[in-house]
Amino acid sequence: MTEELDLLGQDSDGGSEEVVLTPAELIDRLEQAWMNEKFAPELLENKSEIVECVMEQLDHMEGNLRRAKKGDLKVSIHQMEMERIRFVLSSYLRCRLMKIEKFFPHILEKERTRPEGEPSSLSPEEFAFAQGYMMNTETYLKNAALKHMPPNLQKVDLLRAVPKPDLDSYVFLRVKERQENILVEPETDEQR
Amino acid sequence: MLCEKAMELVRELHRAAEGQLPAFNEDGLRQVLEEMKALYEQNQSDVNEAKSGGRSDLIPTIKFRHCSLLRNQRCTVAYLYDRLLRIRALRWEYGSVLPNALRFHMSAEEMDWFNHYKKSLATYMRSLGGDEGLDITQDMKPPKSLYIEVRCLKDYGEFEVDDGTSVLLKKNSQHFLPRWKCEQLIRQGILEHVLS
Repeated sequence: MTEELDLLGQDSDGGSEEVVLTPAELIDRLEQAWMNEKFAPELLENKSEIVECVMEQLDHMEGNLRRAKKGDLKVSIHQMEMERIRFVLSSYLRCRLMKIEKFFPHILEKERTRPEGEPSSLSPEEFAFAQGYMMNTETYLKNAALKHMPPNLQKVDLLRAVPKPDLDSYVFLRVKERQENILVEPETDEQR
Repeated sequence: MLCEKAMELVRELHRAAEGQLPAFNEDGLRQVLEEMKALYEQNQSDVNEAKSGGRSDLIPTIKFRHCSLLRNQRCTVAYLYDRLLRIRALRWEYGSVLPNALRFHMSAEEMDWFNHYKKSLATYMRSLGGDEGLDITQDMKPPKSLYIEVRCLKDYGEFEVDDGTSVLLKKNSQHFLPRWKCEQLIRQGILEHVLS
């Protein structure tokens, strides 16, 4: 399993070029995306290329295992590895889905007002899910109570009712490369 | 006291432990809606009087009733939405088929919401690539080992394992099975993970 994978990357000119990754590098990127998503309070940019490539890898590994000799120790070790990768991938996607459900009005509003050319933070499937969730919830609230209320109270502004992600919450950062000219404001006495 | 019934609805959920879904308080909701109707009608007649009869002393009362209406709406929506969040958690805990005891606690509209949510989630999971997509409601914990020792808590019957062999899950029997196959049954309470 030392073949290299093609991953579509974006260079600074905005055009896409193919970036070739080894499977180890792909899993590394998946784990990075997973950790970032877990620790960030809001929904981060979607990495569907990584998700697709990892799914391909898992299918590939499964195919190899089915053809391998039964009872071989390597089979168990590779199966364990597959389970671990599947766990990380599932956890990553679950984390994203939970954030989409939690902040759905704000995420959909952000998507609606997104300027041309800016990449979406939702994959097309996540967007469909978010829209379905919004419609489902709005229809439910209308049928369960709102339509029985006085005429001027039959609407609820979900953008105001549902809390926004707390962008002031604290996060952990690890510096990957040396950077100049970035100032992290020291804690003032009020924040302590 | 105005909005008392609405507050009761909110308090009922506040008291319920995390993940618990108390029975749908249809009566309570109905009473809140009736109170809202009464307040609105009183306001309508007062507004007419204030406009045509020049009774501007009614305006503070009108404002007060309006605030009560808003409060009732807010409490009601909070009650309904919080229940939806709990019902959503049930899909992730129990799978697509809910135990009967829980289904009786849900209203018909909540059941509709649940069915739509299930379908939406299934469509999303199927789209994740590969032949059948990825079931992200599995693999909830990091895998520690490939096979685990499990004890059967209830009679379940025949259970097929990967290489075609099948196992008879009888109450109190113990088996050594692949972890990922057992996860669903453990969550449903049929198998129990034996930690030696």
